[in-house]
Amino acid sequence: MNRAFAKIIAIFWKDMLTELRTREIIVSVLVFALLVLVIFSFAFGAEAEVTESIAPGILWVALTFGGIIGLNRTFALEKENSRLEGLMLCPVDHAVIYWGKLAGSFTFMLAVAIVVTPIFLTLFNLPVFIPELVLIIVLALTGFAAVGTLFSALAVNTRARDIMLPILFLPVVIPVIIAAVKATGLALAGNHWGDMLIWLQIIIVFDIIYLVAATLVFEFVIEE
Amino acid sequence: MNGNHTLRNGLLQGLGFALMIAALYMVFIYVPTEKHTGIVQRIFYFHVPIAWVSFLAFFVTFIFSILYLWQRKIKIDAIADASAEVGVIFTTLVLITGPIWAKPVWGIWWTWDARLTTSLLLWIIYIAYLLVRRLANEPERGARYSAVIGIVGFIDVPIVFFTVNLWRTQHPTTIVFEGGLTTPMLATLMVCIAAFTVLYILLLVQSANLKFMEAGIRQLKSIMQIE
Repeated sequence: MNRAFAKIIAIFWKDMLTELRTREIIVSVLVFALLVLVIFSFAFGAEAEVTESIAPGILWVALTFGGIIGLNRTFALEKENSRLEGLMLCPVDHAVIYWGKLAGSFTFMLAVAIVVTPIFLTLFNLPVFIPELVLIIVLALTGFAAVGTLFSALAVNTRARDIMLPILFLPVVIPVIIAAVKATGLALAGNHWGDMLIWLQIIIVFDIIYLVAATLVFEFVIEE
Repeated sequence: MNGNHTLRNGLLQGLGFALMIAALYMVFIYVPTEKHTGIVQRIFYFHVPIAWVSFLAFFVTFIFSILYLWQRKIKIDAIADASAEVGVIFTTLVLITGPIWAKPVWGIWWTWDARLTTSLLLWIIYIAYLLVRRLANEPERGARYSAVIGIVGFIDVPIVFFTVNLWRTQHPTTIVFEGGLTTPMLATLMVCIAAFTVLYILLLVQSANLKFMEAGIRQLKSIMQIE
């Protein structure tokens, strides 16, 4: 168990190092998410009542689409130079590869969220630090990463790889998006944990189900 | 899956034909017009069986996807693929007949309630299933990837249904399906369900056979090219 964990960390750290040196994923995802934030704000107009009700939606659209761009890169880089085959040659359980990449995707999405969310809160004149929001984001991004890592590995081996990931990913994570938007709305309105519990529970259940399912099924996606 | 089954196929086709004729008769001639909503209500007798069959089709794809990843037999994959295809066709019909019925009865084409949203999502997920199969780099990969989607996509369905249900109860709709079913209506519905289920089986068998033979031809071609 400890060895598996060490291997997961190794894969995760490899991705972090690559990213720290090239910074190609973080920068593009960040810029894209911010653009989405701004454009949706313009698209929906500036009256106070309107923006209050759609603000959570705007945040989650930005995080979702930014997340897709980041997830696309997760396995695209592995595909070049046969790095994935190299990973598979290592004496690791293939599920370990899944968890390593999962940790990487999650960290990228979280880093983006850490930058985008305060900007979002400032643009909409909301308090800059809301603890409930932190939990919602962490839970929802876990779900995104769980599903997205699996589908990214799958999509990268198809011909229309850029469009394949969104088509697969978006329908499946709709429960997470619905629950996250509802919970965010409640959090922004000042409600406490108890009120949004049911939505958090949905996200948690989704996360658990998909982490388990993806771990079981990942083997079939990357086998030769 | 070849000529040995001619009798079975023939019987199935005969049964399907008879049931469909009976269904058409019952829907258009036998069953009385419904009191509140009028003639358009007859779509219900097609819409409900088609919806039931589409869920059945995706369930079959789910089971056979699991079986395929376990056994790796082409026959199993052919059934999963064929079932998904028929499922997509039937779901498309559901999504078309539903709004046609809804507009005169409810006044709207669409609403984001749990059942409609789940149907739409199911449709998209299984179109992705078919796409992945055709866009994969090799047929074997396509079979494997779509099996994964057949499993993961199906798991999502109850989650989506539950979540959207909860989401919608926050904004209660005014749409209520009133009234129960009288005996002639129930009988008509049962016959229609039987007719469409047999239709599904027929389409499934034909399509799966075809795909199995196509896979066989691909195999032969690849063998001959090597030699």
